[in-house]
Amino acid sequence: MRKPPTLVSLAIDTALLNLSHISDLSFLPEHILLDLFLRTLRAGKLTEKILKLFVATGKDEVLSLISELNIQPVLTPEYKSNFCLRLSASLNVGKMAQVNIRDDEVDIVIGALHSDLTSFMEEWRAVFSRFHLIIVKDPDLKEDLKIPGGFNLDIYKRSDIEHVVGSSSTVVFSGYSCRYFGYLMSCKKYIVSIDDDCIPAKDDMGELIDAVAQHITNLTTPATPFFFNTLYDPFRKGADFVRGYPFSLRSGVHCALSCGLWLNLADYDAPTQALKPGQRNSRFVDAVLSVPVRVMLPVSGINIGFDRELVGPALLPAFRLAKEGKFRWETVEDIWSGMCVKVICDHLGFGVKSGLPYVWRKERGDAVESLKKEWEGIKMMEEVVPFFQSMRLSQAAVTAEDCVIEMAAAVKERLGPLDPTFARAAETMVEWVRLWKVVTAQMSIAA
Amino acid sequence: MAGIAPTPVLKDELDIVIPTIRNLDFLEMWRPFFQPYHLIIVQDGDPSKIIKVPEGFDYELYNRNDINRILGPKASCISFKDSACRCFGYMVSKKKYIYTIDDDCFVAKDPSGKDINALEQHIKNLLSPATPYFFNTLYDPYRDGTDFVRGYPFSLREGVSTAVSHGLWLNIPDYDAPTQLVKPRERNTRYVDAVMTIPKGTLFPMCGMNLAFNRELIGPAMYFGLMGDGQPIGRYDDMWAGWCTKVICDHLGLGIKTGLPYIWHSKASNPFVNLKKEYKGIYWQEEIIPFFQSASLPKECTTVQQCYIELSKQVKAKLANVDPYFTKLADAMVTWIEAWDELNPSGEAPVEKSNGKAK
Repeated sequence: MRKPPTLVSLAIDTALLNLSHISDLSFLPEHILLDLFLRTLRAGKLTEKILKLFVATGKDEVLSLISELNIQPVLTPEYKSNFCLRLSASLNVGKMAQVNIRDDEVDIVIGALHSDLTSFMEEWRAVFSRFHLIIVKDPDLKEDLKIPGGFNLDIYKRSDIEHVVGSSSTVVFSGYSCRYFGYLMSCKKYIVSIDDDCIPAKDDMGELIDAVAQHITNLTTPATPFFFNTLYDPFRKGADFVRGYPFSLRSGVHCALSCGLWLNLADYDAPTQALKPGQRNSRFVDAVLSVPVRVMLPVSGINIGFDRELVGPALLPAFRLAKEGKFRWETVEDIWSGMCVKVICDHLGFGVKSGLPYVWRKERGDAVESLKKEWEGIKMMEEVVPFFQSMRLSQAAVTAEDCVIEMAAAVKERLGPLDPTFARAAETMVEWVRLWKVVTAQMSIAA
Repeated sequence: MAGIAPTPVLKDELDIVIPTIRNLDFLEMWRPFFQPYHLIIVQDGDPSKIIKVPEGFDYELYNRNDINRILGPKASCISFKDSACRCFGYMVSKKKYIYTIDDDCFVAKDPSGKDINALEQHIKNLLSPATPYFFNTLYDPYRDGTDFVRGYPFSLREGVSTAVSHGLWLNIPDYDAPTQLVKPRERNTRYVDAVMTIPKGTLFPMCGMNLAFNRELIGPAMYFGLMGDGQPIGRYDDMWAGWCTKVICDHLGLGIKTGLPYIWHSKASNPFVNLKKEYKGIYWQEEIIPFFQSASLPKECTTVQQCYIELSKQVKAKLANVDPYFTKLADAMVTWIEAWDELNPSGEAPVEKSNGKAK
């Protein structure tokens, strides 16, 4: 189905991984050097030291590319020594395309809450290996990460996070929130993110599900949030709009978020799982559907895909519970984030889909133990849902960033007085947008 | 886990309403599932034709003469030469639940090859709550093997009463004429194993081919409009009922579910004939949909009839400029409620006036 990466490509990726240990690049043939340079750029790894390495080779093509891209070191006070370079806004993407660096537009972001990712990566190898991966290690994790070779990936650890964000930011990337750092660092259009305790599931025919491909399909076909289609996604093969569906609504809108599901251990809260300890989700529902406009839903971060260009800043690590833990049922950060995204999508005219793909979620944790520990999240949902359901953004909010800022103000005003967690969330949302703007300006290739 | 309680049969609480113009042979296939129930057959078209009902079914049959006799001048609200006439069956029924099915719909098989008892699934859907206020990503949380997901507020987990259960169709999908013309060979082969609540504030295209509802909760809203003979459109009867019903359910806090059960739809109607019938509807719905999407009912409307009369006023006020048909339709909506209330006076025992009851 998909071509495996070539040996040369794997070698270049390995070089990229080890770039900080290389002191001389002049032995590389020019075309390989160029490829390495471009991949370095795309991975956001071009530091001043590495730039000097490339310049030192004296190779014409690389030098002229550097000059064309107008790459210059930039001194930004809030950043530490390994600062990122700002690329000129006059960069011509079309030219880049000619040089053929656009492999995929997808980043797979994995938050590593477990240190040994070997079996996780091996299970996903057939699906992940053609893509670039961003692995963010939970800053609270002490052990070193164990990751098998043969992947095109970047790993971010606590030290990287601190370099970019500083050590005393209100934005906290620990636990499940570590993946948001990956969203921040990505330069790609689409992101797919899956929990590290999930493996590929099988569909009702026994075939292994390529969750990434399904998310991409969901994101690249229109959503239809304004009117419910009783045959679900009308753009799927073998389906269409049914009789009575207005023609003017049949072109749909861009889908910005794709929410996948889980077989085996479904994403239940602790009380539900504790009451039904043996319950496992074995029902494969062969549908994708658009969640209608102004309808809220609980977005589970376990298995999602989104269009970073459209809604990137709206996925945010703002809502941290006091006793938040390392099991999904001890958190609600994704639920909060998901409702922000839905309100923003509704406002900006984007769609949210739910349904396929499924992943297989492995057994982990003890619901009863979690229940003893954490009730806050559940209580807070009672306040949170009515707030989001009634949230309306102003006409002035035309980007996801604008929307987040407006929402943060509303959170502060209406929910802040109810609990300090909400007040903190509002602050974090504002800080997150600031961080997003600064980092993406420096790292993205402007269109 | 404790054993799952069997679904109540509700045989004395449910009527099956079938509109027909040809014959009822399809009932043979449904016999194992339908035989316990009372059927209300609404015969459309030529009343002098005798519709043969297979042996062993308990039924009452109404033809146009009966409709005229029973309703008198109010019979004008019941369509002629269109399956919209089926709503007469809802009006004369005395039961709590209605299931309506088309005479070209047969028993479907689930992926394991087992025959689907559509009626049993509809009953399950109607007897369990709906959840219109927050979307559950695992669909109907009251089904076996599933539940509310993390993040679903506990205060919304009781749900609301389910007023309507909208089933789907395998084989011939319910497409409009233009889609049929473009995809004449497309068949719906995808069995989606889900029931879900259509969220509040969201409209949907309600198909009358495989539909069940709680007549006590929403019956008067199920008027299938003026279609067929002497009318400018056809094939929008169930759509119209669906839009009115959804607005009223949203207002009254009732739920509508869609999804399972599937039936097997065997007959593809002629797309050219359909196009002629639907043609105006395709353009009019561009006005009709925004009307329903923005329709709001005053809180003083607390019964279905009150909501419906109010809606008819809004139809007259806002859609009359689309076409004079809507003025006629608005009047017919009022006639329908008058007829409904006449045949279903509250607190009094109903009077049987049917034709052709099986012994």
